Amino acid sequence: MTLTSKPADAEPTAVGGPGATDVERAQKRGPGRDPDVVGLGRGRASLFVAPALVLVGVFLVFPALWTLYLGLLDYSLTGASAQSPTFIGAQNYTDALSDPAFTKALYLTLLYVGFSAVIGQNILGFLLAWYFRTAPRAVRTTLNVLVLLAWILPGSVVAFLWQALLDRRDGILNTVLQTTGVAWTNDHPMAVIVIFNIWRGAAFSMLLYAAALNTVPTSHLEVARMAGARPWQQLRDVVLPTVRRHVLTNTLLITLWTFNDFTPFLLTGGGPNHESETLPVYIYSTAILHGDLGYGSAISLLLLLANLVIAVFYIRLLRGGDDGSLKAQQRAERKARRAERAVAT
Amino acid sequence: MASVELTGLVKQYPNGVRGVDGVDLSIGDGEFFALLGPSGCGKTTLLRTLAGLEVATEGTIKIGDEDVTALPPGDRDIAMVFQDYALFPHMTVTDNIAYPLRIKRIRKAERVARATETAEGLSLGVLMERRPSQLSGGQQQRVALARAIACHPRVFLFDEPLSNLDARLRLEARTFLKKLQQSLGVTTVFVTHDQAEALAMADRMAVMEAGRIRQIGTPREVFQRPASTFVANFIGATPMNLIDGQVVSGRLDLGGFTLSVPPEFDVAEGDKIVYGLRPEYLSFAASAPASKDTVQGTVAAVENLGVNVLVAVDAGEHSLRAVVPEADEPEVGSTAWLTPAPGRALLYRGDDGELIGS
Repeated sequence: MTLTSKPADAEPTAVGGPGATDVERAQKRGPGRDPDVVGLGRGRASLFVAPALVLVGVFLVFPALWTLYLGLLDYSLTGASAQSPTFIGAQNYTDALSDPAFTKALYLTLLYVGFSAVIGQNILGFLLAWYFRTAPRAVRTTLNVLVLLAWILPGSVVAFLWQALLDRRDGILNTVLQTTGVAWTNDHPMAVIVIFNIWRGAAFSMLLYAAALNTVPTSHLEVARMAGARPWQQLRDVVLPTVRRHVLTNTLLITLWTFNDFTPFLLTGGGPNHESETLPVYIYSTAILHGDLGYGSAISLLLLLANLVIAVFYIRLLRGGDDGSLKAQQRAERKARRAERAVAT
Repeated sequence: MASVELTGLVKQYPNGVRGVDGVDLSIGDGEFFALLGPSGCGKTTLLRTLAGLEVATEGTIKIGDEDVTALPPGDRDIAMVFQDYALFPHMTVTDNIAYPLRIKRIRKAERVARATETAEGLSLGVLMERRPSQLSGGQQQRVALARAIACHPRVFLFDEPLSNLDARLRLEARTFLKKLQQSLGVTTVFVTHDQAEALAMADRMAVMEAGRIRQIGTPREVFQRPASTFVANFIGATPMNLIDGQVVSGRLDLGGFTLSVPPEFDVAEGDKIVYGLRPEYLSFAASAPASKDTVQGTVAAVENLGVNVLVAVDAGEHSLRAVVPEADEPEVGSTAWLTPAPGRALLYRGDDGELIGS
């Protein structure tokens, strides 16, 4: 198809229109930007953030450093080293890294986080949000209340309810399935805590995704429908690219929460035979039950480091999309300019 | 390419509101057709029902010889350009244009070739690797058009295609769209609330109100002989003078002044009527003209329209508007005589506002 008529706007916008300003704005986000945005001066600006920094320091940085320090001692709850702990260097840390119980706890934690949060809560939350987004208001409200209940009830209460659900003799599940005598928490401890955590945490993902799905422009979905896209194609081509950042943010949050989650202990106590002993549970049992505070602190710090690594990974992914596409665009533009020059000469 | 035939089309929402209330419409092959009306009149609902985005409650939609009433939007062979263009921000211009082809499982090499060819025709060639956020409004609109064109549909639907452009660009885009439609020859239906846009671009147009079509015709017909006072009010850059009156002793008593009955209208003594005349067809004089069919009044306001001025003249109980060349611009407060151009006045029935004799 060729068309000889003049385009609607052959004016300079082709070079310097709103598109160009977007690029400039994106470039300004880079490190070259003047840090004093408000014009207060560094001194006064620091005063404004000081209260927050003090709080963060007292409640986050200090405990972390204190944990690091405790991890360097042979500090324990009872005995001589409770009175006068001695400095033993990095021994607790090296011990932990070669301790099979620690490695196993880390492995179980990764399983727990991967299956219950990254896969379970994420997908269940998204599906609930997706399928109920067009439901009548009453249905949505009921669903929200039910799902939120699981989330806002205290862990101890919920764990007790699940004990009743899964009880070997009179449990609701066994009654419904007519499988009296099956000890769910004993026979499938990891499956139980994974399903428990999916059920408990899907509410957050659902709420977040429900809000995210509202940001998908209707007209974009309709373009896909007009093209003949099936629902899964609309999901792939329109919805997921639009809510990509929400997915990453959500995954970051639920990963960290689940990593540090202690509720599994209330269901299985880490057992049987350490089969559901995730890191927080392992730390509790080493530090409090066995009184080895120094070793427990060392593992805590390793858990903190693992959290940091995960957070950095997700934040890179979040930023990555932006920079990546911007770079790709700049590359493409350079290529286009080269091509134009080649044509001109 | 195909004609479009709507028969008894109704779109009723679950709350009982009828967005489209019994529309019969036939649009010829290759025609550029405008749906015009104030907001909430159902024009967009009609377009969306035609697209298949809304399911018709009653009636049939035929495209060519095929009844598409029950078909999903993807199977109707229709392309739509949305008001906000609806370009995917995460895709390049090429991918955006080629998207419908990708859904139709056309091989990558071919769809890129078709996207490039279409884009070249719309002078988008150098922008192919950009993202929508890096394009100006006019460029975004052309990408949206290219996406519609590239899949060679039988019918184009445009939803308020110019409303997101600034005023200057809108005029250029109007000409551009009209030329584009002529060169492609594809049946096109577009929705607009701007009567000037409809008059300028459409081959034929339908004026809608409350889910119903009030008048169908060429822009000239609709402009010169609005079928009802509603259409008369809606069409035209300056609103038509509409004056309630009655036939008294063979003349039109319009409250404070009388005019002769236009000969082509058949009215009886005592009939209640509405006298309609465009400000453009009311000639202005600062001294009494010879004709006895004039209205004398006082200039109440003068508005500058550029080449012309819009003069409001208080006469009897009414205020009449007349478009006057800038050279004749009167003083506010001066006496003025207004004479209707022969053959331009319209009479509407006083009760239902329909054109008499229609």
